[in-house]
Amino acid sequence: MRKLALSDEILLQIDKPARYIGGEVNMAKKDPKLVDIRFAMCFPDVYEIGMSHLGMQILYDMFNRRDDIYCERIYSPWTDLDKIMREENIPLFALESQDPIKEFDFIGITLQYEMCYTNILQILDLGKIPFHTKDRAEDDPILIGGGPCAYNPEPLAAFFDLFYIGEGETVYFELMDRYKENKKKGGSRKDFLQMAAGIDGIYVPAFYDVTYKEDGTVDCMKPNNSHAKEKVTKQVVNNMDDAFFIDNPIVPFIKATQDRVVLELQRGCIRGCRFCQAGNVYRPCREHSLEYLKDYAYKLLKSTGHEEISLSSLSSSDYSQLEGIVNFLIEEFKGKGVNISLPSLRIDAFSLDVMSKVQDIKKSSLTFAPEAGSQRLRDVINKGLTEETILKGASEAFNGGWNRVKLYFMLGLPTETVEDMEGIAELSEKVAEVYYEIPKDQRNGKVQIVASSSFFVPKPFTPFQWARMCTREEFLERAYIVKDKFRTMLNKKSLKYNYHEADLTVLEGVLARGDRKISALIEEVYKNGAIYDSWSEHFKNELWMNAFETCGIDPDFYTIRERDLDEVFPWDFIHSGVTKEFLKREWQNAVSEKITPNCRQHCTGCGAMSFKGGICYEGKN
Amino acid sequence: MKVRIKFYKHGPVKFIGHLDIMRYFQKAIRRAEIDIKYSEGFSPHQVMSFAAPLGVGLTSNGEYMDIEVNSMIDTKTLMDRLNAVMVEGIMATDCRVLDERAKNAMSLVAAADYTLIFREGKEPSDLGRFFTGLADFLNQPEILIIKKTKKGEKEVDIKSGIYELSAEDERIFMKVSSGSADNLKPELVMEAYYQFLGLTLPEFAFHIQREEVYGNTGDEENRNLIPLGLMGESCE
Repeated sequence: MRKLALSDEILLQIDKPARYIGGEVNMAKKDPKLVDIRFAMCFPDVYEIGMSHLGMQILYDMFNRRDDIYCERIYSPWTDLDKIMREENIPLFALESQDPIKEFDFIGITLQYEMCYTNILQILDLGKIPFHTKDRAEDDPILIGGGPCAYNPEPLAAFFDLFYIGEGETVYFELMDRYKENKKKGGSRKDFLQMAAGIDGIYVPAFYDVTYKEDGTVDCMKPNNSHAKEKVTKQVVNNMDDAFFIDNPIVPFIKATQDRVVLELQRGCIRGCRFCQAGNVYRPCREHSLEYLKDYAYKLLKSTGHEEISLSSLSSSDYSQLEGIVNFLIEEFKGKGVNISLPSLRIDAFSLDVMSKVQDIKKSSLTFAPEAGSQRLRDVINKGLTEETILKGASEAFNGGWNRVKLYFMLGLPTETVEDMEGIAELSEKVAEVYYEIPKDQRNGKVQIVASSSFFVPKPFTPFQWARMCTREEFLERAYIVKDKFRTMLNKKSLKYNYHEADLTVLEGVLARGDRKISALIEEVYKNGAIYDSWSEHFKNELWMNAFETCGIDPDFYTIRERDLDEVFPWDFIHSGVTKEFLKREWQNAVSEKITPNCRQHCTGCGAMSFKGGICYEGKN
Repeated sequence: MKVRIKFYKHGPVKFIGHLDIMRYFQKAIRRAEIDIKYSEGFSPHQVMSFAAPLGVGLTSNGEYMDIEVNSMIDTKTLMDRLNAVMVEGIMATDCRVLDERAKNAMSLVAAADYTLIFREGKEPSDLGRFFTGLADFLNQPEILIIKKTKKGEKEVDIKSGIYELSAEDERIFMKVSSGSADNLKPELVMEAYYQFLGLTLPEFAFHIQREEVYGNTGDEENRNLIPLGLMGESCE
């Protein structure tokens, strides 16, 4: 029987002890003594969130295919266990072997959102691993960061030994081979980091020096080690059907956020929404073939026993074989008690027909993401969705029996005016009016429209990376303008408006476009007790405000400052495919309200073609 | 066809709660490709029920689950297929076909056996007296204890619910009333016994294992307790 790191007494005192015991269906079992490399893959949030992440499952499966590597998992202990581990001095352990993470060769942390940064320090702290790369000893684990936030790794530069920029399927094995080679030769930690720096896509922050101008912006970033490259190139999988996928995903005992089979349709996106980081950094758009997906649908349902299957991609409606895969899933699995859950699809005749087959119309709601309230602002952000399309989709849906609609917006977008803000209420009202055009005896009760707005955060590698972000007060003012407008609408009783937390957004803005000076801030705020910042019940804004004060960092420098077109950004050393020239062009197009066609309509020369795959070569072979 | 499956739950999986064990078996039955019957309706679910929920932290040798299948080769194949997809610590040990008119396991539950052993360091100082005192405890005319319920606290007499209580090899054995009508938890019996000895029951004092669950084919007065697993036939 497996031995657990925590005693029965502890496990019986805490919430959801099954978070910490491992042993789930399809967990990799190996003898740690018989492998060369022990890799701990970490999602720095609670188990149920982390277990829902597809990317980590893909890499876990990929590593464990090799007999010489044992890949295990780490998640953040919830606050109840965190307290006990500190009191009783229990070192953080990985779920599979239940061994302390300090004994591992590598800890790979996936960086999915900025507000998990304090949780990374919790992992290191409980794991008894020094916070700073410069303080780690020869036998400490090598700390690797990856995932979307690694496209600006600089706020975390002090903590990580290396970052993997891009998709994990390409050079991880090479990195592992170099590690073994170095270990065999008796090479040092530094020797290995130098070897790693030579691999495409690997960034070793300690091998670079950053100098700043008097105004606080980056002057230049130069390698201080001959092995480090001037530019680090993002890794992409060229042929999606050749890439590793998961044969046997782990099935948690407790209900994870994503308690279903997830089929990845494609990576990247053909749309060029100017606010969207994923849409830019995951270029070029690359599809899986229909045959590949059919094969995996069978395999994954069989190996997990899940009763639901879902499709994943940035914009599923753009997947060229969408009808094929959806019809296949319905025909093949609907009669076998498997639920089919569809991601947010563009609302049209096809998607409504499909949804009526797989969902209970009475219980489900439809989602539109206009992102902005006016056509002018939708052109600024290049969201190719018109009011006409929305109202037509809504009309078809209402006639099909739906009576609940969700609308997603952003507030604080560049160039936003009062008319744009009020447009959110007006568009919601128009959707309601479409419902009441249906004769009364044919309506399905009252209509319910829920509009939500999040506050816009400019992200690196987007055309809006130059944009000024709003202050907390400006965000709230704008939300009140929208709220007031909603009150004057004719159908206000059918409309509901929610807006997000403004404090958190400001911090996200600082971390997203932060530089190396931000590492000290994260450390300070963690030491003062910040943890689980993305959880509203644990988020304490005053801890962050105090830390800014103590560290002498002005948040406004990162958020509301106007950036010059020729400013050197902390993340400029990464070659993401999309060139800075293209982003500049798009920034100017945004300001002049000019829309840009999507990749399938017309290539706009973003630079992603240099990866020699995907949509850039569609129809050219 | 109604089928009753007996399984054990050992080791770390004791930290998985009842609802999650149900979810676990639903998925396991799909992995094992057992031809289970689904309910009608928009979101069909498997026809499956469990005899008695087991508390988090308890292990068991005698858990029961009833399912309905459309077809199967035989009970052994069904069990083998299920066991091929189990995790460490959960294993089916018996499988019987039930009469079509058979009541489900949950409604049959009348009693359960438990064994309790002390967790390390939780033993009372006078262990000899602890074990010899059980008989006197049971010979009291009534055994009163404060039971915490959803509505508050009330004093109850649990004597009639304790069918057997003994000690063997530093192991306490008890057969107690179980099921929806009169469910007696082994912890409550121990709390009453500690009170009788003039001691306080320490937290997490015992590791508790359920050994068997019974149905009653007799009546209130003259009980005839039969393990749920014997209330059906094997079909090879």
